[in-house]
Amino acid sequence: MADISANFLGIKSPNPFWLASAPPTDKKINVLRAFEAGWGGVVWKTLGSQVKNVSSRYSAVNYNGSKVMGLNNIELISDRPLELNLREIKECIKLFPDRAMIVSLMADNTREKWHELIAQVEDTGAHGLELNFGCPHGMTERGMGAVVGQDPEIARLVVEWVMEKATIPVITKLTPNVHSVVPTGKAAVEAGSNALSLINTIQSVTGIDLDTFVPNPYVAGKSVFGGYCGPAVKPIALKMLATISQDPVTAKVPVSGIGGVSTWKDAVEFMLLGATTVQVCTAAMKHGFRIVEDMCEGLNNWMDEKGFKAIDDFIGKSVPHLTHWEELDINYHIVANIDQTKCIHCGLCYIACEDGSHQSINLIYGKPYNTYTIKEDECVGCNLCKLICPVDDCITMVEQRKGPDYVNWLEFQKRGLPLNDH
Amino acid sequence: MSIKNNRLTAEQYDQNFSDIHPPFDSRESALVEANRCLFCYDAPCTKSCPTSINIPKFIKQISTDNVKGSAHTIFVSNIMGAGCSRVCPVEKLCEGACVYNLLEEPPIPIARLQRYSTEQAMEKKWKLFERKPSIGKRVAIVGAGPAGLSCAHVLSREGVDVTIYEKESKGGGLMTYGIAAYKVTPRFCEDEVNYITSLGGIDIKYNQELGKNISLQELKNNYDAVFLGFGVGLARQLDIQGEELMGVVDAIKFIYNIRAGVYEEVPVGDKVVVIGMGMTAIDAATQAKRLGAKDVTLVYRRTQEEMPCTEEELNIAKLDGCRVIWLAAPAVLNGANGKVTHLVCNLMQLGEPDVSGRRSPIETGETFTLDVDMVIKAAGQIPFSELVNNSQLQHSNGKIVAQKDGATNIAGVFAGGDCVNGGKEVVDAVQAGKDSAASILKYLGL
Repeated sequence: MADISANFLGIKSPNPFWLASAPPTDKKINVLRAFEAGWGGVVWKTLGSQVKNVSSRYSAVNYNGSKVMGLNNIELISDRPLELNLREIKECIKLFPDRAMIVSLMADNTREKWHELIAQVEDTGAHGLELNFGCPHGMTERGMGAVVGQDPEIARLVVEWVMEKATIPVITKLTPNVHSVVPTGKAAVEAGSNALSLINTIQSVTGIDLDTFVPNPYVAGKSVFGGYCGPAVKPIALKMLATISQDPVTAKVPVSGIGGVSTWKDAVEFMLLGATTVQVCTAAMKHGFRIVEDMCEGLNNWMDEKGFKAIDDFIGKSVPHLTHWEELDINYHIVANIDQTKCIHCGLCYIACEDGSHQSINLIYGKPYNTYTIKEDECVGCNLCKLICPVDDCITMVEQRKGPDYVNWLEFQKRGLPLNDH
Repeated sequence: MSIKNNRLTAEQYDQNFSDIHPPFDSRESALVEANRCLFCYDAPCTKSCPTSINIPKFIKQISTDNVKGSAHTIFVSNIMGAGCSRVCPVEKLCEGACVYNLLEEPPIPIARLQRYSTEQAMEKKWKLFERKPSIGKRVAIVGAGPAGLSCAHVLSREGVDVTIYEKESKGGGLMTYGIAAYKVTPRFCEDEVNYITSLGGIDIKYNQELGKNISLQELKNNYDAVFLGFGVGLARQLDIQGEELMGVVDAIKFIYNIRAGVYEEVPVGDKVVVIGMGMTAIDAATQAKRLGAKDVTLVYRRTQEEMPCTEEELNIAKLDGCRVIWLAAPAVLNGANGKVTHLVCNLMQLGEPDVSGRRSPIETGETFTLDVDMVIKAAGQIPFSELVNNSQLQHSNGKIVAQKDGATNIAGVFAGGDCVNGGKEVVDAVQAGKDSAASILKYLGL
């Protein structure tokens, strides 16, 4: 059995699965149930300025009958009394001393307010602080949340205030509502932040009611941009995480990965791109805390199969595989192959290639079943047919190199090699 | 043993004749299946539908909540798409070709999804087609069955004024009169005919029989073109001794009575034998059982390999408790006091393949006898030979000879459906009606 425990800046948790700062972590009753279910840690829902929430708060994107591919929310930070939150945090730590307790913070924008809040939270015995520089709605109008994260210099200033006071590890949570997360990430690290976490939610409009014309979520005839999360945002989160892992400044600090993590596989992907722990919210909101069981077991089995003894053995392993486009090998060439014994004659590869790619599939008419074959000379090896085929391993991509040597675009140009003529 | 009606309680009749393939309970359950559809290209299901309904398209439209569009997609290819969703032997057509079968997964329930859309269209009386203004051309159609209605709808859409002559008092043809009541109810059939004719430009004259109330010559004289879609009707006789005994009935008439009347009033025997193994035989056997017959036996002269009904249909009969005797051909019917009491059968064996390609049954010389009080003949239907013989129409054993496009040997007279093919599925008749309509439009220079 592999050891799946995590050590994040000395904050230990029995597994790398934390619950992100959100409704599932806003009170003792939830957090205790999460710990009982097996979660390694929680980031307590953001404390700070006084707020009042509205109804409704969520909307979702469904896809082909699958509910909540993406979730959108306009809920604000914790609207419970600060004293109550602090007391409950203390009680949770006492009952589950082996779990990570991070508290998310968003104070009014003054040094004093931040210092005051940090002192109060540290009194609870919490293991770390997460700075919410990412909330994209409601708080931004008041100069908090994403507006801090969107300006590296403001972020730097606030992190400096925090570091003056904090005695426990500080994680800065980054907003994805920027063209690149790196400038703010760098500013935070340079200002002393011990770690980073990303991504917060992405501003979105999930849909519009076609009868009332009001976008959702609906609040008395109006709506606002909300924060998008869930499986739909995972690819964006992974890309942003990768840029943090590639930058020499931000790569120095540990990262907690967030954004659509729903399964152990998602978690492994975040870890392969440099995350030490992952934070989960939407999947728990959709299915409940019980999902952590399979996350732990799946991670453990995968590590055993791969021969990894501890999570540090594979964290960041995929980062070196991400390169610049101009370094890709142009001589690498693959062509599709259809296994006729597996083909169910749905024609999806054909029409995708015909209308969406390079017209490289032959259709041989049959009643009722057509036969589809690859025009190898035409196939550019784009993967589209393989991605669309509903049968596992029916379409495979077979390597047919254009030449034995590695040639990238720069070299290709230097040698004056021929471009496409069709 | 006796033949009598009123064998069951009202609840039992209701239960026995309720929908055999119930519709989806909700939008959600339809969407689960609609979303499973792979949206195949040049889809095998469409290619296996005699009317070539664009099935992936109509299913996609269900999944996007464009049910109106979905119903239009179905009806534009098959105006009896609602009825066909209940009576088509889909296991050998669209659903049988679904690519999921090749994955050993259940096929998409195409018929049920088709019913989902078409039923809403009928219930909400969606007007999905607009008739072009009348162009002053008139076409007469004989028979308000699937072929006639399908032909009429296409013609009327193009502005042709259509008059249908129907010998029965209701439209729908075999859909209304010859299919088991647990598949389509009389009420449904009536609604379907009304929905089709709501387009306008289609006038159905009921109780008008060709050769009796009207003649082909009259129609030819009074209309710009004629379409014959009068189907088949006469049950094939067994031509054995005792066929005239009381209790020996033909399946079409038996089913007709169930459909036309009230279940309680239809008499059925204690010990019923059904001769034949086609869809009509199955419909007769299962309905006899559902009317309260104690014992129903299907007798067929070949084996399961050669049976014309689908396995699914056979299973319905078996699940209803009907018994099957393979390789048995009726030889003699015996009776007492004018009522049938025994059926003597020849035990058969299979010999060389016949013209149909199926191995033909040969007598073994052995016989056996069944106690019966009712014998339902479902050994196939024969064409209206006399009617056809008395016309100038070219025919083959009473079946009108028509080209693929419906043209007969008489200019301006077209034919299609069972009266040409000798008896196939409703969906085949619908397509024949469409084909002829296209030819008629061409003939009329449109």
